[in-house]
Amino acid sequence: MNGMLAIRYETPQSVGEAVRLMAADPDARVLAGGTDLLVQFRAGVRQPSAFVDVKRIPELMSITIDGQGLRLGAATAAAVIGEHVELRTLWPGLVEAVQLIGSTQIQGRGSVGGNLCNASPAADTTCALIVNRADCVIAGPGGERTVPVEEFCIAPGRTVLQRGELLIALRLPRPAARTSDAYLRLIPRSEMDIAVVGAAVSVTLDANGVCRSARVAIGAVAPTALLVPEAAKALVGSSLDAASLKRAAEAASTAARPIGDKRGTAGYRRTVAGVLTRRAAAIAAGRARRK
Amino acid sequence: MTVTKLHIETTINGEPREFLCDSHETLLSALRNGLGLTGTKEGCATGDCGACSILLDGRLVPACLVLAPEAQGRAVTTIEGLSSGDALHPLQQKFLEHAALQCGVCTPGFIVAAKALLDAKPNPSEDETRYWLAGNLCRCTGYDKIIRAVLDAASEMKESAI
Ligand SMILES: Cc1cc2nc3c(=O)[nH]c(=O)nc-3n(C[C@H](O)[C@H](O)[C@H](O)COP(=O)(O)OP(=O)(O)OC[C@H]3O[C@@H](n4cnc5c(N)ncnc54)[C@H](O)[C@@H]3O)c2cc1C
Ligand code: FES
Ligand code: FES
Repeated sequence: MNGMLAIRYETPQSVGEAVRLMAADPDARVLAGGTDLLVQFRAGVRQPSAFVDVKRIPELMSITIDGQGLRLGAATAAAVIGEHVELRTLWPGLVEAVQLIGSTQIQGRGSVGGNLCNASPAADTTCALIVNRADCVIAGPGGERTVPVEEFCIAPGRTVLQRGELLIALRLPRPAARTSDAYLRLIPRSEMDIAVVGAAVSVTLDANGVCRSARVAIGAVAPTALLVPEAAKALVGSSLDAASLKRAAEAASTAARPIGDKRGTAGYRRTVAGVLTRRAAAIAAGRARRK
Repeated sequence: MTVTKLHIETTINGEPREFLCDSHETLLSALRNGLGLTGTKEGCATGDCGACSILLDGRLVPACLVLAPEAQGRAVTTIEGLSSGDALHPLQQKFLEHAALQCGVCTPGFIVAAKALLDAKPNPSEDETRYWLAGNLCRCTGYDKIIRAVLDAASEMKESAI
């Protein structure tokens, strides 16, 4: 079947060229690492008219960290992110989420932009991006626009990207003093599986160890990853003691709207969303205290 | 509709090579069917088993999830590139000595993945080795012999480097 199709393979060298290719052909698909797209293509789920390989565009393949924060090129491979020492130090929770994606081989290809644009509710990096207040930098025929990452995915497999648009980078503000993050997921085995539940937490402490601001996000428990302000509220103003962590866990469980399937019943997922929120908050707090 | 083949110029195991491929063909298929390099195996074709492991510009990747035209201007290393002439790579030698293979379908993938590990980390712990190789599946040998062969190769390569 595939052999009969005249699918084009394009290698734009600039964002402008990629936008023109995408705008000219509604059935063209961006190819980043291909670890979702090529699996779907081989399974017959997607039949693009063209693969637009964005890995030769420097802006999509670079990591820059400055006083403002991080600019992460959308197609940068997970392995490259994992090797970046400063990125690991500033955003340990984001990097641990990235490093959970697949195997060493998958890490050599898969990107954060691909993880996000594939829009799986169980994608591992989405929650960590949400708690770190990431913005999606989108290029399109009308120029550039920015969308907060929690608004980027709108349904399983669907994003806010319009015809001709592509994600070029994620921008994360530099963490304030005594700020850190953590991401945890539950899978039935120790490697190579898709999250049954995921939870990310970022906290900022003051000099006395009191939590001044917090973000909590949970994944795989709703059609898109959820930002849970009620769970954050339970943490702010506390010293992140057991009682406030428990309240945050309850808020996360309440916010979860999971389906039940063979990987976990809805009730189980709801409970685990709370447990992972509590544990991720404790880890983020420990990291923030050491900063 | 005539489907024109793409002409790709690349470097494979240090040698300049050219091949023709379809735009949506995998690099695994181009290596095996176009170039006759059948050492790289196809297990799952979906990124799950590691049998197709190769290095692309030095980075460990599954060749089943790389499009063949992506190799344009890049450097590819396959299992065929590991030995020097008749002298086996230490990893290949240790797989033999430890009987770390039975049917052998997973072996090229394990050895290429282990080479990437030792390139990045010449002295890995057993834990690091097991995690690094978690994306390589073997359905006959069992993992202990494979891990022992890799760790033994690492210590031998360290000694010969001194
Ligand atoms: C064996 C295996 C294990 C996996 N394990 C995990 C796991 O543990 N956790 C997890 O979250 N995922 C996992 N995945 C899924 C996948 O590896 C990740 O989602 C990965 O991050 C996808 O990135 P990619 O660069 O390969 O995306 P691609 O496959 O290249 O793209 C994915 C989708 O996004 C679109 N896209 C990509 N980049 C852009 C862009 N810049 N702008 C617009 N659209 C874009 C593509 O057109 C496509 O529709 C696994 C996959 C495999 C094969
Ligand atoms: S054949 Fe590529 S990972 Fe299995
Ligand atoms: S030796 Fe047969 S699959 Fe590993």
